[in-house]
This record gives sequence, structure tokens and C-alpha cells, in this order.
Amino acid sequence: MRVLKFLLQKEFKQIFRNKGLLPLIFVVPFVQLLILPLAADYEVKNINISIVDQDHSSYSRHLISKITSSGYFKLAGYAPTFKEGFKQIENGQADLILEIPTGFERNLIRENQQKLFIAVNAINGVKAGLGGNYLSQIISDYNNDIRLQWIQPGRFKDAPTIQVVSSNWFNPFMNYNYFMVPGILVVLVTMVGSYMCALNIVKEKEAGTIEQINVTPIKKYQFVLGKLIPFWVIGMMVFTIGLFIVARLVYGIVPVGSVLLLYGYLAIYLIALLGLGLLISTFAETQQQAMSVAYFFIMIFMLMSGLFTPLDGMPQWAYVIAKINPVTYFIDVVRMIILKGSGFSDLVYHFTIMTGFALLLNGLAIWNYRKTS
Amino acid sequence: MELNKDNNKSLSNAGSQLSVEREVVIKTDKLTKRFGDFIATNQITFEVYSGEIFGFLGANGAGKTTAMKMLCGLSKPSSGNATIAGFDIYRQTEQIKRHIGYMSQKFSLYEDLTIVENIQFFGGIYGLSDQQLKTKSNELIETLGLQKEANKLVNSLPLGWKQKLAFSVAVLHEPRIVFLDEPTGGVDPITRRQFWDLIYQAADKGITIFVTTHYMDEAEYCNRISMMVDGEIKALDTPADLKQKYAVSSMDEVFYELARGAKRNE
Amino acid sequence: MKQFITFVKKEFYHVFRDRKSLMMLFGMPIVQILLFGFALTNEIKNAKIVICDYSNDVTTQQIINKLEASKSFEVQRVVSDHFQIEKSFKSGDIKLVIVFPENFNRDLLHLNKAQVQIIADASDPNAANTLTGYATNVIRSYQQELSSNYSAPMQIIPEVRMLYNPQLKGATNFVPGVMALVLMLVCVLMTSVSIVREKERGTMEVLLVSPINPVLVIIAKAIPYLLLSVINLAVIILMSVTLLDMPVNGNIVLLFVESILFIITALALGLLISNSVESQQSAMLISMMGMLVPTMLFTGFMFPIENMPVALQLISNIIPAKWYYIIVKSIMIKGLGFASVWKETLILTVMAAVILVISFKKFKVRLE
Repeated sequence: MRVLKFLLQKEFKQIFRNKGLLPLIFVVPFVQLLILPLAADYEVKNINISIVDQDHSSYSRHLISKITSSGYFKLAGYAPTFKEGFKQIENGQADLILEIPTGFERNLIRENQQKLFIAVNAINGVKAGLGGNYLSQIISDYNNDIRLQWIQPGRFKDAPTIQVVSSNWFNPFMNYNYFMVPGILVVLVTMVGSYMCALNIVKEKEAGTIEQINVTPIKKYQFVLGKLIPFWVIGMMVFTIGLFIVARLVYGIVPVGSVLLLYGYLAIYLIALLGLGLLISTFAETQQQAMSVAYFFIMIFMLMSGLFTPLDGMPQWAYVIAKINPVTYFIDVVRMIILKGSGFSDLVYHFTIMTGFALLLNGLAIWNYRKTS
Repeated sequence: MELNKDNNKSLSNAGSQLSVEREVVIKTDKLTKRFGDFIATNQITFEVYSGEIFGFLGANGAGKTTAMKMLCGLSKPSSGNATIAGFDIYRQTEQIKRHIGYMSQKFSLYEDLTIVENIQFFGGIYGLSDQQLKTKSNELIETLGLQKEANKLVNSLPLGWKQKLAFSVAVLHEPRIVFLDEPTGGVDPITRRQFWDLIYQAADKGITIFVTTHYMDEAEYCNRISMMVDGEIKALDTPADLKQKYAVSSMDEVFYELARGAKRNE
Repeated sequence: MKQFITFVKKEFYHVFRDRKSLMMLFGMPIVQILLFGFALTNEIKNAKIVICDYSNDVTTQQIINKLEASKSFEVQRVVSDHFQIEKSFKSGDIKLVIVFPENFNRDLLHLNKAQVQIIADASDPNAANTLTGYATNVIRSYQQELSSNYSAPMQIIPEVRMLYNPQLKGATNFVPGVMALVLMLVCVLMTSVSIVREKERGTMEVLLVSPINPVLVIIAKAIPYLLLSVINLAVIILMSVTLLDMPVNGNIVLLFVESILFIITALALGLLISNSVESQQSAMLISMMGMLVPTMLFTGFMFPIENMPVALQLISNIIPAKWYYIIVKSIMIKGLGFASVWKETLILTVMAAVILVISFKKFKVRLE
């Protein structure tokens, strides 16, 4: 234990003396936490609509005002012809064109039926799908309105209608920050845990000090613990600052579930990640190599963890990769505890998996980290 | 250096003639290290006696560092046997590590710790008590005359000082043997001389010194030296005997005679 | 000129002898395009849902069957207990619960209307929106089947056409973005390391004392990477077309020319980084970590730029990848010509020129 004490003293002194590393640990993450959620807002709003009104009737004007007052759409402009409207789509001013053909009002009254033409820029499929839906819904509401105007109720039998009422739990105002902030916090802790830890060990390799350590009676586990404990503590600190200062004060996110449970999971998660950092450091000879490898991992971690895009849409093989990515589980757990208030019984599976990761990664790392070659 | 010359003579006598009675602290038997097809050290066999300054010489790439790394337990031999301070090189590496000190050719103290912190750290991991650490570090700082710099970061010291400090730290825990891998590379002649004074002081305390170098003037300071060429030991004797044997007047010439046939060179 | 060619030759030797980097140069983009082209999507398939059916009659059964048949949903279980709803959400996987109240069928037949409740797990607001939309669609289409027996008067029939991407595939949106991201990262990374490496090794001094013009030294450094990037680009486009079914509706020559412009901008950025830092390590740090996040955020393929605060929208304008993304979408997918992308082209050209001039300046300062 005495040896460990000396190792820890040394590590903490070195970390807190490193002027380049400190801002990376304590400033950059929080700047990211402040900027990323502002930028990462996926809510589909501000759909730009271009309207081609060839009817110029009171009906068409009514419909248009109903659309523009719905809140979903922003009028990009009127176009005299569909071709002109299409140009607006091509140069990106409009996402959607609604064409109201000549005789819209007349045909509706005389022929009882009239078509409207909608063209959606579907390059972004999700936005297109939702935009198309919203517009169809507005048109169908409008349709009911005019029916009510013209037809006395009960004169003939209406089609049965199924009313859909939807409600959103756990985040009723659909605040996108609630979704992003906890996830980004996880990524930041991950960076500190795996990346900084790997760099730190490789630095000793590069400087040659690890050789000096290797000829001393320090045991493998002592050296490893001496490296892991400081970063474990720092990971905890970063998470705490992020959760209690940034998330709570800036974004007003208060965990619904047990904070203790959250920290319990964080503790295990950090052990798993530090194991990964250690593993990277055993493969890399220079800080540069460590950085390239860590970079690759972080890219996968960020993009294939459900942080930005849902896992459910992925093809099977990508889903498998996401499932062997420890970050996926922690992001899930953080969102579950903070937003939904899930309890331990809901998280048994997550705890089991993460404990498995911790054992596996650290086992591999220690097996791979040799004092002798 | 008068005293040292005497020392030299008595030891060299002891080394060559009275070896039976002296305690052997390093003993190797056909120690070999292969990297694939390449044989870095080829069946080297020698003995080093307690309190001796043993020079390990050879051209670049002759296999000195590889041999030394095996002796320190940093690298596993491919075949052959060796004992260090009576401990087996394969099975008892942990005990070996308690009884040796090591200083690599790359400066290997922590540059971002102060002098005192480095001393305390390395002393601490060898299990010195707080009391011992205190007296030892005061002693060491005084000997080196570093009182003013004691709380400065190591990276602010000039190279010569760093090397002296590294050596002092390597023998802080009073090991049986200290391994020095080209300790004086890139250091000016005056500092080198001072460095060797430190080595003699350590030897006087009974610490065995195992040193690699390619400065031939330094070879003269050793009690005995071995010459490695292409991974094999080509000669092993006192400097005086070697000069006599090859009928030359300096170690430079001995080295030249032996290394001329070398096939490997960097 | 002869000197210059000698230099370029030397740079080619460097690049081709460094197998590790070469593998990274070609491996990274391929892996990334595949990984992200396939895996990054906002579509949601097989979302796990729970049905809370208090009515349990013919109609609810028919709707449940319809939901099950849709590829968006996977009905996990059917319960008839309100407490199960919260529990399902809390234990994780369930994204949506659909509640049919008692007497659903009877209400529908006799009162001519019935209510169905959709509860979404809005901890992911985006998924909640999308899934609620999908479910509403399923229910509405069921209702339309019902009402086909009735002839409604004054019917407005919206005819919706999905332009460019009728199947609403995620790749159409993401691939151009990933192309921009990958080209940016690879080009910046490789060049930024190259000059610093010579600085670190001390060979740069040797070059600087030679009589060759320092600007040529820099250009010579960039040429092999330019060539490799063009090969990379060809591979990326080929993969996008063959594996990810991306169309090339516009002129492929134009696409290449615009891409080369973008590559030059990225290489210039790499040179600038290289001239500004002292170690390979900081060069890598800046070009990897520093480039990755802003490029990902501000290109616009992951998050709509128009949703961002104005300050960030302004920042997004200085990200070259944003303009390249617009160009690629216009040419590859919309099939437009140069006339519709000249503005973006001009912006990229100005960017490339400015960055190049600054990095030459920086390089010269170091000489004095």
C-alpha cells in the first residue's frame, strides 16, 4: 500500500502540473457541453414551403392561411408556376411545394372532389416524411371545416373517425436539450477516461521512465492502479461538475431517478473505460499512435452509440457494433435514470453488461501489459 | 585518482587470481537473446564479483544493451541461465528487482517532478521509511550540492546534473548491483570525471557496478572489462592485461583490434 | 522546375514508403464511408412498442395486426393494465405505447368515433415525434380503408410526391455529408503532419538552406496528397454508387472538379496547421479533435443549421465542408449544373486562396 501511496502522489502531482492537459480535462469538456446541445437540435421545425396558387380563390387563400398559421411551416414565397416553385427547391429556399390548381374551389363544390399536389424535397427523408404528414393533416382538417360549412350535419352518414391523441412522457415539452446534454456528458467522461489515460501511460513509455519503473520492485497491479485511480477520480469529478453545474444550472435538468444509482453505474463504467485506455496504451508505442487509435474509437463511440441517431434504424451488423460499444449502455442508463427515473431493477441488464466490460477490458489490458518482453 | 589507481590494482589482482574466494554477484551461462533470426546476444558466459566495477564494452549494435536488459529483468532471455545477486533470472525477477539499481541511457527521472519529489518517489517505491527518505534525500542533495535547486523541476537542470542525480537515485536504496547503460552519453569531460567519482564512492560502499560505455578512457577506470563484438564476448580481463595481451598502449587500440572484424555496425 | 520535380519525387517517396500512414490514408475513408453510410440514419425500424388494449375486440385486433405488419414497429406485448405502461418505459427498450380504451369498437360503430391514445417516450424527442407520426399514419390508413365504403363529399385529395428520394432513405442525406467529413479529415490530417514531421526531424532546416523557393517546398508537400485524395475521392464515389445506391444525377466531371477544389481547401488548411504548430502531436490533436466536431456539427447533414442559434449559424459559414455538402447534394442528387452552385464554388475558392496565402505567410515568417 505504501508503494501505491507514492505512485498516486506522483500521478496527481504530474497531472496537476501539466498545463496542457488541465484545460483539456476541465475546460474543453464544459465548453463543448455548452455549445454542442445548442447546435445539436434535430427537431423538425421551420419547414419552408413554397406555394403555387393558381386558383386565387377565397378557398385557396383560406387553406394557405391555415398552413402558415400552423407553426410548422414558414412561407418561403409564392411561385407563379410549379416550375418556378421547383427552382426554389433546387436552390434550397424551399423544402416543399404545394400546388393549388386552377378551379380548386369550383371543382370542390361541383364535382365534390379535387386534387392538390404536394412535392417534397426528400433528400432528408425524416424531415420530408414529417413535413408531408403535417401538411396532409392540415389539409384534412381544412377539408372537415368546409364540409361543416356546406353540409348540414346528419344529412348523410359520416365515415367513422378514429381520433388519435398523443402525449409525450418524460419530456412533455419535447426539449431536445434533455436528450442531448446527458449523452454529451457521457462522451466527455469517456474522452477523459480512455483517451487521457492512454496518453498518460504512453507518455511514460516515450520518456523511458517506464523502464525505470520496470526495474523497481513495483508490481504490475500497483503500477496499473496508480495510473487508473487518478483518472477514475478525475472522471468522477468531470461528471459531477457536468451534472450538477452545467446540466442543472444551465439546462435545468434535474435527475428524476436516484443519483446514487447513477454514480454507481458511473463508477463501473469508468473502470471499464480505463481498462480500454490501458489496453490502447499497451499497443501503442508513441503518443501519436495512441492518439490515432483513440481517435478511431472516439469516432465510433460518438456516432454509433445512439447519441445522435437512433439505434433502431441501423442495419443488423451496425446494430451489433453499437451493442459491443460500452458507451451505448452508459448513454442509455444516463438517459433512463435522469429522464425517466428508472430504478435498479430496470437496469440489472445494463449493470451486468458493464461489469462484464470492466472485467474483460481490464483483464485483457493486464494480460497484455507486460513488464518483460 | 591516486587512491583509485590503488584500488584498481588490488581489485584487478583479486579479479584475476583470487576469484574463487570472492563472492559472485552476477553469473551468466550461455545467455542468449534472439529476435526472430537475429541473435542479439549469443551465448555469453561471464561472472562479476561483489564490489567490482565491471565495464561492458562494444561497438554500437554489439548487443550490450540487450544483455543488460536481460540481466535487469526487463527482457526475457531466449535461452541460457543467469543469476543476479543469487537469484534466478527466470523465476525470481521480483527479488532481483529489490537488489538492483538501473540507469538507462535515456534520462529516466520524471522531468515534471522536482528533485526532492523524484528522490522521495523512487525511495518510496523501494520501501524506505519516511525517516530514511528524509535523511537520505538531505544527504543526497548535499553531496551533489543541489541545495538551491532541490525544489525545482528536474527539466530545468542541465544534462550533466540530471545524470548525476539519476545515478544517485539509482543507488539510493543501496542495491547490491547497479546497472548503468551508457550513463555519460553527451556529457562534457569534467562532468564525466565527477560522475566517475560518484561511481567510485558507490563501489566503496560495496555496490557492484555494471557499466556499459563506448568511451575508451572510461574503460580504463574499470576493474575488469569485457568486449562484445557481434553479440559475443571476445575478451574479458583487466584493462592492463588486455593491453598487454594485444601489445598495445591504450584501450582504444584494444578496441580497434577486436572490433575490426565486426560485421554488424549501425 | 527541375528542382521542383525532384522535391515532388522526394515527397512521393515519403508517402509511399510509410506503409502505416498509407494504409490509414486509404483505409480510414473506406471504413468510415461504409460504417457511417450504412449506420447513420434517422430512420427508425423495428421500434419496440407495447399495446395496452382494454377493449380487445375485432377492430383493435385489426389495428394491432396492421402495426405489426409495418416495418417500423415490433409489438413486444399486449397488456391491459395501466401500470404496465410506466414500467415498460422505465425498463428501457419500449419507445411507444398505444392505448385502446374500453369499448373501442362499440364507440366506433355507434358514436361513429373512437379515441386511441399514443404515448411516446419523449426522452428522445426526435424518435418520439417520428414514431408518433408513423403510428398515426398506420391508424389513419386503417380508417381510410373503413371509410372507403362511404362516399365523403367535397373531398380534397392531397397527392404527395417525394422528390429525389422516394423511399426516404437515410443514406441520401448522410452520404454527401460523410463524404465531406471524410475528405476533410483525411486531407487535413495527412498534410498537417507532413511538414511538422520535417520540422521535428530537423530536415526542414536542410531544405530551408537550399536555394529552392520555400513556397515550392510547401506545394511539393501537398502534391502527393492531392493525388492520393483524388484517388480516394474516386473510391468513395464508386462505393457510394455501388454499395450505398447513391445516384449521380449531375455531371460527374463537375463533381470531380468541385471535389478537387474542396480537397485543395482541406490541404491548405492542413498546411496552415502544420506551419503553425511545433510538434506532430499537436498537429494531430488539432486536425483530429479540432476538426471532427465542428465539421460534423456545422456541415448540416446531422443537425439542421437553420435550427441553431444565429451565432452558430454564422460560425457554420466558415466551415468549408458545409459548402461542399451543398454542392455535392446539388450535383449528385438534384442533378443540377454549375449555374446553381457557382456561389458555393466561389466561397470555397476564396477560402482556399485565403488559407493558402496565410499559410505561405506563416511559412515565410519562420524563415526570418
